[in-house]
Amino acid sequence: MSYLEYRVKTTPTGFRKILYLNWPLALLLTAVASVGFLQLYSVAGGNIGRWAEPQMERFGLGLAVMFIVGMVPVWFWRNISGLAYAISLVLLIAVEMFGTIGMGAQRWIDIGFMQLQPSELMKISLVMFLAAYYDWLPQRKVSHPFWVLIPVLIILVPTFLVIKQPDLGTAILLLTGGGAVMFLAGVHWAYFATVIGAAVGLVWTVFESRGTSWQLLHDYQFRRIDTFLDPSKDPLGAGYHITQSKIALGSGGWTGRGYMQGTQSRLNFLPEKHTDFIFTSLAEEFGFIGGISLLTLYALIILFCIHSAMSNQNRYAALLTLGVAVTFFLFFAVNMSMVMGLAPVVGVPLPLVSYGGSAMLVLMLAFGLVQSAHVHRPR
Amino acid sequence: MKQTPKDSQTSSRRISRRALLLGTVQLGFMGVLAGRMHYLQVDQADQFRMLAEENRISVRLIPPTRGEIFDRNGIPVAKNEPAYRITMVREDAGDVDVVLDKLAELIPIDPTDIERAKTEMKRSAPFLPVTVAERVSWEDISKVAVNTPSLPGITPEVGLSRAYPLDQDFAHTVGYVGPVSDYDLSKIEDPDPVLMIPRFQIGKIGLENKMEDALRGSAGSRRVEVNAVGRVMRELDRQPGTPGANVQLTLDVMLQNYVQNRLAGESAAAVVIDTENGDILACASAPSFDPNLFVRGISSSDYNALMKNDHRPLADKSVQGLYPPGSTFKIVVALAGLEAGIIDASTNFYCPGYYEVANRRFHCWKYSGHGMLDVVGGLQHSCDVFFYELGSRVGIERISAMAERMGIGVKHDLPLSAVATGLAPTKEWKRANQNKDWLIGDTINASIGQGYVLASPLQLAVMAARLSTGRVVTPRVVRAVDGEDQPSGLGESLGIAESSLRAVRQGMFEVSNNRRGTAYGARIIAEDMRLAGKTGTSQVRNITAAERAAGVTKNQDLPWNRRDHALFVDFAPFEDPKVAVAVVVEHGSGGSSVAAPIARDITLQALCKGDPPLDAYPAKDRDWVAQQQERLRALRPQIDLDAKGRA
Repeated sequence: MSYLEYRVKTTPTGFRKILYLNWPLALLLTAVASVGFLQLYSVAGGNIGRWAEPQMERFGLGLAVMFIVGMVPVWFWRNISGLAYAISLVLLIAVEMFGTIGMGAQRWIDIGFMQLQPSELMKISLVMFLAAYYDWLPQRKVSHPFWVLIPVLIILVPTFLVIKQPDLGTAILLLTGGGAVMFLAGVHWAYFATVIGAAVGLVWTVFESRGTSWQLLHDYQFRRIDTFLDPSKDPLGAGYHITQSKIALGSGGWTGRGYMQGTQSRLNFLPEKHTDFIFTSLAEEFGFIGGISLLTLYALIILFCIHSAMSNQNRYAALLTLGVAVTFFLFFAVNMSMVMGLAPVVGVPLPLVSYGGSAMLVLMLAFGLVQSAHVHRPR
Repeated sequence: MKQTPKDSQTSSRRISRRALLLGTVQLGFMGVLAGRMHYLQVDQADQFRMLAEENRISVRLIPPTRGEIFDRNGIPVAKNEPAYRITMVREDAGDVDVVLDKLAELIPIDPTDIERAKTEMKRSAPFLPVTVAERVSWEDISKVAVNTPSLPGITPEVGLSRAYPLDQDFAHTVGYVGPVSDYDLSKIEDPDPVLMIPRFQIGKIGLENKMEDALRGSAGSRRVEVNAVGRVMRELDRQPGTPGANVQLTLDVMLQNYVQNRLAGESAAAVVIDTENGDILACASAPSFDPNLFVRGISSSDYNALMKNDHRPLADKSVQGLYPPGSTFKIVVALAGLEAGIIDASTNFYCPGYYEVANRRFHCWKYSGHGMLDVVGGLQHSCDVFFYELGSRVGIERISAMAERMGIGVKHDLPLSAVATGLAPTKEWKRANQNKDWLIGDTINASIGQGYVLASPLQLAVMAARLSTGRVVTPRVVRAVDGEDQPSGLGESLGIAESSLRAVRQGMFEVSNNRRGTAYGARIIAEDMRLAGKTGTSQVRNITAAERAAGVTKNQDLPWNRRDHALFVDFAPFEDPKVAVAVVVEHGSGGSSVAAPIARDITLQALCKGDPPLDAYPAKDRDWVAQQQERLRALRPQIDLDAKGRA
């Protein structure tokens, strides 16, 4: 397939594209980000300059990035997908070699004006590359073992690099996100059944490896799993985060303790309250109603993406849009499961709400791609 | 319009199908998340809300103010004085070393204190105050207060500390407080949490210890909001707690001071009881010590000096010390004989200078003997043979029963440390404790207050008080607690015939007022204050037959700790008894020569509530009494009587 396939004449051009942007999606993203500003202001104890303001600036930048990316024809993005993947891979390897240490993990690379997290970049370029791959691959070959092995390698290489950092959260996101794109592309059921079966086996093996010479996970990763399974075992040590997070959530009740009244976040019982655990703080202060509202906003974003993809005849555009949606879903699903005690603490931020530049910009870039696919869909 | 290839169309359909499937899975998972949220936030909300409150709220105890102790006239004996200390907060200090150096230049601080403070600060949270110096003088604290701007993190603080303004006068009775030790905690079942407060002080000995519960009060509490590392963010509410109850003693500061100073130099004890209500007016043990040393934390050299002193300053001899009562016990034996009907006031015994029983010869203190004597004469001359005879006829059981009736060999219930029970021995007691049969010689020895008989100065004073009133005078040392008067110690009648009492009292009167009485030299000549007493000299060693043959070694030729104890009990005035006094001078040699003059001075002082007129003394004594009064006046505490409190 090439860009010739597109009915270029029916595609909006120039500034008219602005009218064809997915405005409800942009509005939803802004709404979610605003929740973030509100909560960052609150957890900073009413200090706007500490987290809320920098976050607003980044979101402004992110919006601009989204619009610019959205204006660029989607076939351009398809054509550079391989390049994007290659660059991300090189950066990941670079981080392995020159990266600085932050928060106990080797994740950052200093590119002068900002700290870049190549693993964030990889989340999106992997989806792009896989979408381009399946756009290129004839449908009948999709389930052929050789043509399945290639995307599997495309997914596993960066996943292993990320695990080595070590960043379990991103690894899970890459693995699951990539797998979801393969599933959407139509790879045969049997492969997924096999992989899931193998995964169960692997988990078993990992637990068996504990304490032996060929131990497959770091001790701290095992401990996280332990405390996830039974937080009460170590309420002041590693289980502290989960326990305090659940207390904060639970004490919120139906309507919450009131804006800026959450004692758990106010008094520093919550760990990482401005990043990974910001949802806890929100749910403490706004209660069940507040939490459900944010979840609804997220659901709407996913639904708008699915709707956009299903109304898009272009295979690349549809796969890309759905891939971004799945990645976004994985972000908040893992984060929320984690703070609610449904998953181990793996260090995944709440998308668009948690404080952090790299993740925010990459996400807005991804939604820029969704916008581009939406604007340039065949009509 | 569309020219999409077929291939692409089918793939598009497949995407749609799988997209819907995946979308459904996603929405389903969001449903799970919502369900979990509902479980945590709605179903379990109450429990988690409680846990959050527990997290947030910390209850801090406010130590109660300890009750103060006053004498019978409301003069403070133990009070709470402001104590200044300097604390430092690490996070406010910036450079801790620099600030501490500056502080050390400004006021004298022990370098070890500084080191201790530094290590403590490294260990504790940065916002917690650490004490740098304690018991800082007012001058030094002022210097620090003026210079606070250049001493960041340093705060002068004021707290309350126990002080005993009368120094050593009440060291034994009132005792002292000190920081709670692990040993203290191990003795208390279910200790009050207030005891866990660092530097909290509890009574260690004496009244401070025995009346701890009343004096301590109950702790208040303040509920504070704390953050995850324990920093106090704000105070939510506070309950002030109850201060400890004030305690008013029956003791008289002035008399106690006089007695303490009168005993100075000796290893001695004296007790003065108000016969009308059992009030202990003075209860002294010499030598004494300064209880304030213990409150501040006594140095090991000071402590060793106290421990090594052979006069045992730390012991409260007045209630803990047990002595063979010697001839003072003849009061009990005489009463027992009279009450048993063995003798009456006119029965005479003959004293040849010794008493023979079971092939053993028991000597009278007067080798040539006293001749014919009745009970009054027996007491007046303190004739041993008279009481050997009487004692062996009365029997130990009746002597022992009378002793207990008179307060010897029974434990008096006083809130003082280690109040001694003493011993009024019986046959049964000897069998149980020594697994030996009671011998007649034991009764002979007990008849003159030797052998197994043991009494404390307090018990001797009680005996005198009971004899003088004929009532079961019960000693008490606490007059009122928290303003509430304690029951009077004036008890029921002893049930002893008035004629018996009168005979013994008369004997004691003769001891002090008959020219040939054993304590005539220490008499009072003022008609309305004349005392009736009984001397006692108790051996602390056995005199062997060989020694007796060679002539008994004179006391002044013996080493101090082998000399006899000197005792004296009295009550006065004879016609209308007001006070009863007992004096024991350890190894003082002679009751009449050493103990009796002290007892007379104390008796007069108690009766006159101050220095007695010199004409109460025999003319030949007046010169040295005047000198002594002047000397002791100089030691009297300067008390502003207008400023006194009231318990």
